[in-house]
Amino acid sequence: MASITGSVEIRVRRPRRGVLVGVLLIAWLAAWFVLRGIDTLSLGGQETTRLHRWLTEQADVLGRGNAFFDAIRIAVDQLVVLLQNVIAQPSYGRPVPVIGWLGVVAISAYLAWAFGNWKVAILTAAGLSFLGVQGLWQESMDTLALTLGAVLLALLVGIPLGIWAGLSNRAFKVATLVLDLMQTLPTFVYLAPLTLFFAIGPAAATIATLIYAAPPVVRLTAHALRSVPAESVEAARSLGSTRSQTLLKVLLPMSRSTVVVGINQTIMAALSMVTVAALIDAPGLGQTVLKALQTLDVGVAFNAGLAIVVLAIVLDRVTTAAGDRPWRTASIRRKVLLGLGGLGALVAVWFSRTYLWAAEFPSDVNLGPRIAVAATDVTAWVQDVFGGFTFGVRDAVTEGVLNPLQALLTESPWWLVSVVIVALAFLLGSWRGALPAAVCLGLLVGTGVWYDAMVTLASTVLATVVVVAVGLVLGVWAGRNRRVDSWIRPVLDAGQTMPPFVYLVPFLALFGTSRFTAIAAAVVFAVPVTTKIVADGIRAVPVATVEAANSVGSSSWQVISKVQLPVARRAITLAVNQGLIYVLSMVVVGGLVGAGALGYDVAAGFAQSELYGKGLAAGLAIVLLGVMLDRITQAAARRTPKFRRTVRGDDKW
Amino acid sequence: MTNKLRSAGVLTALALALTGCGGAKVGETEQPAAGAKECGTFNLTVSPWVGYEANAAVVAYVATKDLGCKVVKKNLKEEIAWQGFSTGEVDVNLENWGHEDLKKKYIDEQKVAVAAGSTGVKGVIGWYVPPWMVQQYPDITDWKNLNKYAALFKTSESGGKGQLLDGDPSYVTNDEALVKNLALNYKVVQSGSETALIQAFRDAEKNKKPLLAYFYEPQWFFNELKLVKIDLPPYKAGCDADPAKIACDYPPYDLDKIVSKKFADSGSPAYDLVKKFAWTNEDQNQVAKYIAVDKLTPDAAAEKWVNENQTKVNAWLGK
Amino acid sequence: MTAQLEYPDPQESDALLSIQGLWKVFGPKPARVPHHPELAALSREDLYRRTGCTAAVRDLSFDVAPGEVFVVMGLSGSGKSTLVRCLTRLVEPTAGRLIFEGEDLRAADERRLRTLRRSKFSMVFQHFGLLPHRKVIDNVSYGLEVRGEGKADRKRRAQEVIDLVGLRGNENLYPEQLSGGMQQRVGLARALANDPDVLLFDEPFSALDPLIRREMQTEVVRLHREVGKTMVFITHDLSEALKLGDRILLMRDGAAVQFGTGDELVGAPADDYVREFVRDVPRADVLTLRWIARRPRDGEPLDGPELGPDVLVREATRLVLESDRPVKVVSAGQLLGVIGDEEILAVVADS
Repeated sequence: MASITGSVEIRVRRPRRGVLVGVLLIAWLAAWFVLRGIDTLSLGGQETTRLHRWLTEQADVLGRGNAFFDAIRIAVDQLVVLLQNVIAQPSYGRPVPVIGWLGVVAISAYLAWAFGNWKVAILTAAGLSFLGVQGLWQESMDTLALTLGAVLLALLVGIPLGIWAGLSNRAFKVATLVLDLMQTLPTFVYLAPLTLFFAIGPAAATIATLIYAAPPVVRLTAHALRSVPAESVEAARSLGSTRSQTLLKVLLPMSRSTVVVGINQTIMAALSMVTVAALIDAPGLGQTVLKALQTLDVGVAFNAGLAIVVLAIVLDRVTTAAGDRPWRTASIRRKVLLGLGGLGALVAVWFSRTYLWAAEFPSDVNLGPRIAVAATDVTAWVQDVFGGFTFGVRDAVTEGVLNPLQALLTESPWWLVSVVIVALAFLLGSWRGALPAAVCLGLLVGTGVWYDAMVTLASTVLATVVVVAVGLVLGVWAGRNRRVDSWIRPVLDAGQTMPPFVYLVPFLALFGTSRFTAIAAAVVFAVPVTTKIVADGIRAVPVATVEAANSVGSSSWQVISKVQLPVARRAITLAVNQGLIYVLSMVVVGGLVGAGALGYDVAAGFAQSELYGKGLAAGLAIVLLGVMLDRITQAAARRTPKFRRTVRGDDKW
Repeated sequence: MTNKLRSAGVLTALALALTGCGGAKVGETEQPAAGAKECGTFNLTVSPWVGYEANAAVVAYVATKDLGCKVVKKNLKEEIAWQGFSTGEVDVNLENWGHEDLKKKYIDEQKVAVAAGSTGVKGVIGWYVPPWMVQQYPDITDWKNLNKYAALFKTSESGGKGQLLDGDPSYVTNDEALVKNLALNYKVVQSGSETALIQAFRDAEKNKKPLLAYFYEPQWFFNELKLVKIDLPPYKAGCDADPAKIACDYPPYDLDKIVSKKFADSGSPAYDLVKKFAWTNEDQNQVAKYIAVDKLTPDAAAEKWVNENQTKVNAWLGK
Repeated sequence: MTAQLEYPDPQESDALLSIQGLWKVFGPKPARVPHHPELAALSREDLYRRTGCTAAVRDLSFDVAPGEVFVVMGLSGSGKSTLVRCLTRLVEPTAGRLIFEGEDLRAADERRLRTLRRSKFSMVFQHFGLLPHRKVIDNVSYGLEVRGEGKADRKRRAQEVIDLVGLRGNENLYPEQLSGGMQQRVGLARALANDPDVLLFDEPFSALDPLIRREMQTEVVRLHREVGKTMVFITHDLSEALKLGDRILLMRDGAAVQFGTGDELVGAPADDYVREFVRDVPRADVLTLRWIARRPRDGEPLDGPELGPDVLVREATRLVLESDRPVKVVSAGQLLGVIGDEEILAVVADS
C-alpha cells in the first residue's frame, strides 16, 4: 500500500511531459544556432558511398540466372498469360479472348450475386460495362488479369502465412516486422532487381504487385484467428478436437469475414500497383496512364485512372458483400435461382464466343474521349481560377513551416539530431520509443543518405501531421453522421485508388515543382485511409457510452473529446500508423514532382544502374524512418493510459 | 416453381431473340495472318519519351507491313531495356543516348548486344529558358549573365539562390558540378520527372514566370514551345573527363541503335531494316507531334508519315 | 496455505477424480515457483513483484467422488476458471497430479488426452463457446463429429440430447437466433452429447438473467438426477453453490480457503473472508440443527420433542417455538444437544 502512494507522489512531483518536450526543443534550437552546418553528412546527387557501390555490385551478382527463380517465373507467367488469354488477349488462334466482354460481365455479375447480393451484382455489371464504354475494355481486362493473378498468388502465400502468424506468437512478431518492411520499402527499390530475377514480363510485374499486396491478407488472417473467442476454441478442444479439426472447423470458419476484409485490402493494394508495375511493362491501364503522362495529357490519364477506380470500387463492394453474408445456407428458392443464373451466364459466355458484338466491346459507344476532354477542361479551369492563390499557399507553408523544420533537421549535426530524437522518443514513449529510435537512427547514419533522410523526414512529419488532422476531422464527422459517411466514402475510395500519377500533372500546375507539391499529393493519397479508420473507430464506440455522456449534459465537443476519441484510441493509433505508411509510400512519387531527397535517390537508383546501390540505401532509409516514427507513436499511444499486465492463457490450442 | 418456369421462359426468349439478331460471328471477318515466317518475331523496347515512340512506331509499322514481321513492343526504362539484352527479352533499342558505361558492360564485356549505327537524330542537352525571357532579357542566353539574373529565379525550394531545375533521374547531369565550377549563384533543384519539367515550362511561359531548367532536344514539346538554350562554355573533347571539374557544355549526342547479338546474327530482314533506319530530327519531331499533339495512335502516326515519306522508307528497305 | 486439506492416497481412495498439489503459474519461467519453498509461500503481490509470475492455482488438493456435484466457488480472479481448465489440461498445469480413474492425466500424451476429452469429460462454458457458423444440431453433434461418428448416429444422438435439454424444434436455427438461456442449453446439450463421465461447468449461468438462471439451475438438478453424471461446477454465486453442491471448495487467490458441505461453510467459516462471504446467506435455509444445538443447562427439562441433527433450522423453527421445552437433537439414540427459542431466533433473525 505504501509503495502505491509513494509512486503517486513521484508522479505528481515530476514536471509535465509537455514542459519537458518544450525545454528539449528550445535546447535544440539553441544548439542549432551554435552548431549549424557541422557534421550534416550531406552527399551530392551523383555521389555515392562505399556501401552504395558495394550494393550496386551485389545487384549485378544476384542477377545471374537461377533455376529456382526461373521455375517461379515460368509458373507465374503461365498463370497470368492464361488469365489474359481467357479475358483480355486474342488467344488460341482466335482473334478474340476465350471469353468476350458479354461473358465476362455476365460471369462477374453472377459471381457477385452468388457470393454477395443482387445489388452488388448490378453494380458489377454496370461498372464493368462502363469500362467498355470508356473505350478501355482490353486494357482493363489486362489489368484485371494481372491483378487477379497477383491476388491469387498473394492469397496462396498470404493466408497460410497469416494462419501461421495467427497461431504462433513468435511467427506473429516476425511477420509484423517483415510486413512493415514489405509495405514501406518503396516498390521502385525492388522493381529493377525483380526484372533481373524474373526477367521482363508478367512474372516480374505480378511478383512486384504480390510483394506489395500480400501484407494485408497476412495481417488480417492472423488478426482474425487471434480474435476468435477463446471459449469457442476451448470448447472445441474440450471435446477432443485435433489441431487440424480446430483449425478447419472452428478457427477458419469463424475468421471468415475478417479474412475477407484482408482479401479486400489485398485487392485494393494490388490495384494501386497497376501504374508502378507498368514501369516494367505490366500490360493494362497503367500503360495508358504512363503514356498519357509523357505528353501531359491529363484527360486520357484521368480516363484510365477512372477505370482503375471503377474496377477497385466493384471489387471492393463485391468482396465486402461476400464478407458480410450471414452464415445461413441458401434457401431452395435461392438455389434454384442461382442455378438458372449460372445457366444464363453460360449462355452469355457462349454468345461472347460466337458473335463479334458480344466478343469485342462495341466501339461506337466510346465515351473515353469525352471524359478525357471534360477532365482536361475542369483541370484547366481549376488552374486558371486557383493558380495564383495556390502558389501563395505553397510559399507561405514552405517558408513558415517546412523550411524552418527542414533547416533544423538538416543543418544540425547528425549526432545532435539523433540525441534530440531519442530524448523526444523517451519522453513520449519511454524506452519502448527510445530504443527503436536509437537503433533506426544508427542505421540511418549507416545508409549514407542521412542528409536526404532529414529532408524527407521534415516533409514526412509535416504531411503526416496534416493527414492526421484532416483525417481526424473528416473521420469524426463521418463517424458521427451516417449521411456524411455515405457521401464521403466513394470520394475516399476514389482518392485511395486513383493512381497518384494521374493527379501529379494538375498538382504540378497548381503548386509547381516543389516539396509542397509532394506533400499535397501525399496528403490526398493518405487522408482517405486515415479518415476511414477513424470513422470506423468512432462508430465502434458503444452507444451506451455515448448515451451516458449525453445524459450528464455533455456538449458535442465534450462527447467527441472526452468520450469518442479516447474510447476510439486504438483505432486512432492505427489511423496514424496507416497515415504514416501511406505518406511514406508516396515519398518516391514525391521525388517525381520536386521533393528531391530520398524519393529522388530511389527513382534515380531505378533509372541509373550506377546509382542502384544508393537507391536501395535510400529505400531502406525510408523504411527506417517509417519504423522509427511508427514505434515512437505506438509507444506514445501505449503510454498515455496506465496499462496493467493482464494474464492470458499460454497458447491458443 | 412458377418462378423457375418464368425465369426459364424469359431466358429462352432472350436467347432466341439474340440468336435472331446475332450479327457477325467471331472469325468470319478475320484474314489469316500474313506470312510472318521469313521475318519472325522481335522484341522492341519502347523508352518512355515520345521521340523514342516515334522511332518505334515507324520501324514497327514498316517491319510489320512490308516485311511481315511480328513486333512485340515492351515499355521499359532504358536501364531495364539494357538488362533485357542479357536476359534475351529485348532485341532492339532504337534510340540510345550515350550510356558509355552500359555499352561497355553489355557490348564489350557480356557481348550480348551490338551497336547498329546512328539513327541520324542529333541529341542536345543543355539549360533552357522559356521564350518570353529571351525577349525581355536578351542577354540571358549567355551563361556569364546568369548570376546577374539569379534573383529572378529564386523559389521556395532554392534556399535564397537562383533555381536551376533539373530533370528526370534517368538522365545523367553535370549540373551540380557546373554550378560550382562556373561559380554560379544557383542551387540545383530536382524536379524528378520530365512531366514536371514540361509543366514548369508551360506555367513559366503562360504566367511569365522566370525558369531555368535542364532540357533536351529533340523533344515533342518544342512543337508547342520553342525553348531557348543558354550558351554554356563550349564543349571540347575531353572537357568532361573528370566529372568533378566539368565547366563546359554537354557534348552533342549522336543517338544510336543497339540490338541484341542474337538478333544481329539471326539473318532476319528486320535486322537490315533496323540497321538502315535513319532519319532527321525534323522527321522524328513530325511523328512525335502526330502522337503527342494530334493524339494519333503510334500506328496511325507512323502510317501517316510513311505515306508522306515513301522514298525514305524505300531506302531503309533497300528498294 | 492455512486451511490445508487431507491428502488421500489415490490407490485407496474411491475418488473418480483426484487432484493433488496442483499448481498453475502464469509468467516467465513458471516451473520454478511451485518447487521453490520460499517463492511458493509468497503472497500474490510479492510473487508478482519478485518473479513477474502470477499463481492462478496454488497447491490445491481434493477428490471428486463418483456421481457427486462438486462446486468450486470464489470471486473473479480467484483462479477457479483456470482450475477447471487444468482438469482436462485445456490449460497445462505447472505442477501437481491429476488422477482420473487411477490414471495420471498429466502423463497422458496428446492422443490419449484427446480420447479422454472425446469420451470422459465435457465442459460447459460461461459465454457458451458455441460455433456461430453451425446450426444448433451441428453444434450439438460437434463432439461426435470430431470423434468420427457416422452422420446418422450423430443426428440421432444429437436429437436425443436436444430433446433432453428442451430444445426440440430449434435444431435448424443458428446460435445467434436464440436467447442466452437457449444458447446455454445448446452448450449443455453439446456437453451431454458424447455421454461423458464428468461434466465440467465454468460459471455456466453467470451471463444469464436471474429468472433464466434459476430455471437452468433447476434444469441441472434435474439432469443430475436423470443422467447421474459427476459434475464439477464453478461459480461465484454462493446461493447457486449451496443449491447445487454436495461439497463446496472455496478459493481465494488460487488457494483453497475452506472445503466442506454448505452448512459447514455457513456454520463454521474458516476465517473472516469466508465469514464475510457467507454473511448474507439465509442461514436458516442452510444450517442444520447440528450447528446450533447446545449443551443442556443444568436443570433444564430434557423431555421435549426429538429431532435429527440434519434437519434444517427453517424446518424446525415452528416446532421449537411452539414447544415449551427445549427440543432435543438426537442422533442414533444419542443426545447431541438441545435447542431453545433463543438459538432458533438468533439464526432466523439473522437471515
